[in-house]
Amino acid sequence: MEIIDIQKEIVEEFAGLGEWMERYNYLIDLGKSLPLIDQAYRNDEYLIRGCQSRVWLNADLREGKIYYTADSDAIITKGIASLMIRIFTGHTPDEILNTDLGFIEEIGLKEHLSPTRSNGLVSMINQMRYYAMAYKAKQQNL
Amino acid sequence: MNDFPIEQIRKDFPILDQLVYGKPLAYLDNGATTQKPLRMIEAVNRLHREQNASVHRSVSFLSDKITQAYEEARTTVQKFIGASKSLQIIFTSGTTGSINLVAFSFGEGILEPGDEIIISTMEHHSNIVPWQMVCERHGARLRIIPITDEGDLDLDAYQNLFSDRTRMVAVTHVSNVLGTINPVKEIVQIAHSHRVPILLDGAQGVQHEPVNVVDLDCDFYVFSGHKIYGPTGIGILYGKEEWLERLPPYQGGGDMIDRVTFEKTTYNGLPFKFEAGTTNFIGAIGLAESLNYLTGIGLDKIIRYEHELRDYATQKLSGIKQLRMYGTSAEKAAIFSFVLEGIHPFDTGMIIDKFGVAVRTGTHCTMPLMQRFGIEGTVRASLCLYNTTDEIDRLHDALNSVIDLMA
Repeated sequence: MEIIDIQKEIVEEFAGLGEWMERYNYLIDLGKSLPLIDQAYRNDEYLIRGCQSRVWLNADLREGKIYYTADSDAIITKGIASLMIRIFTGHTPDEILNTDLGFIEEIGLKEHLSPTRSNGLVSMINQMRYYAMAYKAKQQNL
Repeated sequence: MNDFPIEQIRKDFPILDQLVYGKPLAYLDNGATTQKPLRMIEAVNRLHREQNASVHRSVSFLSDKITQAYEEARTTVQKFIGASKSLQIIFTSGTTGSINLVAFSFGEGILEPGDEIIISTMEHHSNIVPWQMVCERHGARLRIIPITDEGDLDLDAYQNLFSDRTRMVAVTHVSNVLGTINPVKEIVQIAHSHRVPILLDGAQGVQHEPVNVVDLDCDFYVFSGHKIYGPTGIGILYGKEEWLERLPPYQGGGDMIDRVTFEKTTYNGLPFKFEAGTTNFIGAIGLAESLNYLTGIGLDKIIRYEHELRDYATQKLSGIKQLRMYGTSAEKAAIFSFVLEGIHPFDTGMIIDKFGVAVRTGTHCTMPLMQRFGIEGTVRASLCLYNTTDEIDRLHDALNSVIDLMA
């Protein structure tokens, strides 16, 4: 599925949810079901800095597509990570770099984009894109 | 609690009367910053509208008037903390500004390689980093007072930290995380018995405890305006006159000079020697207004009420069996740091925010203290004179909802 379609799908899922409690509940469930990152990556090297909660992120390139795994010690952050992985994983670096993430505002998570929230959504997105840039550069050098 | 005019007091703070996410605001983040009484807001407004002019500089009617108000504000602060002279009160930008001033000037004037400065495990970064910087510049080093599991300073260990190279002690009056009210009088006496001066960080002390600097006998006492219902960007440095005389100036600029030539500048006397440039004079007058507001209610009454809130909250929160409290000293202010078992403080804070309950989560600028307890952070509820038992109940209920939601 195209990134844009996954975003639409998520927006529709959230539209079916009521007030914040249901949205948080949904994120918490996503967080609980997020496959954990391999223990080998749960260290400082893979830690995203600048978050109140800790987020670890890894990305592998297989057949031109990037596959992300992540973990966080805060469950809401983990739920958000799960959404981001669902959007980006299995896509090419170009697709990941050229995506507008309008869905975040549409599902009412815009507050998480504020730097004062320091929950790492912004850092998480940046880090996912850095991986895409790095893999793109690597592919071009080959 | 019946004789405390809480309803009137809440009306004095206009910001409290609002809904967030459709719920009445329960502002329990007073350790970060306190809200402002209408009387102060109006005074600052009036100063800008009617009296603004440069202090200590011009000959105009307005300048004269505002200079007078500024110096009266100094006297108000002096009386509030029981200092003997108004020239011992330096207006700064805040606690951080005050500590940086003392650390820098002390470093320039006194410190030599191999010297030692004693601080404690429970210090805010503002009372760690300036000393660390000055140690790096002058080849000195920090010695750290350990704390007990309850969050009390280990006074025996403190005694043993002194050596013939100890030059300064810098300790907080009240811990911004644990709420511990340190036995500062005793701590000062111990420092003085070793002939070492001491700075007390009153950022969380002066609004929750009676402060008399002469009685405490501390050499420096510092605090922020915005944490005691005053404006932001104004703070206080109290110092003993002999120390303030002895320390070299911190920043150079206007008003702090006596006479300037390109070859040599001589400095102004106290307190102006440490007030370079145009100070935040409206902030200073605003702060005095807030202090007068507190004096009007009666500090003893405020402290008694806050202690009642503390006891109520301690009892109420102890009913949540998944709640682990950090800071259980017998002597503590109404500051509560805790973690809900298995739930990240960030998740807790995010969710209770939706119930209108404002707290702070994270390390609270005390990373070494978090390391001491082996935790990543806490949720902190910090109460003050306008909080109510009803708000504590709402915190309690919101925390139970978090537990349900995360189960």
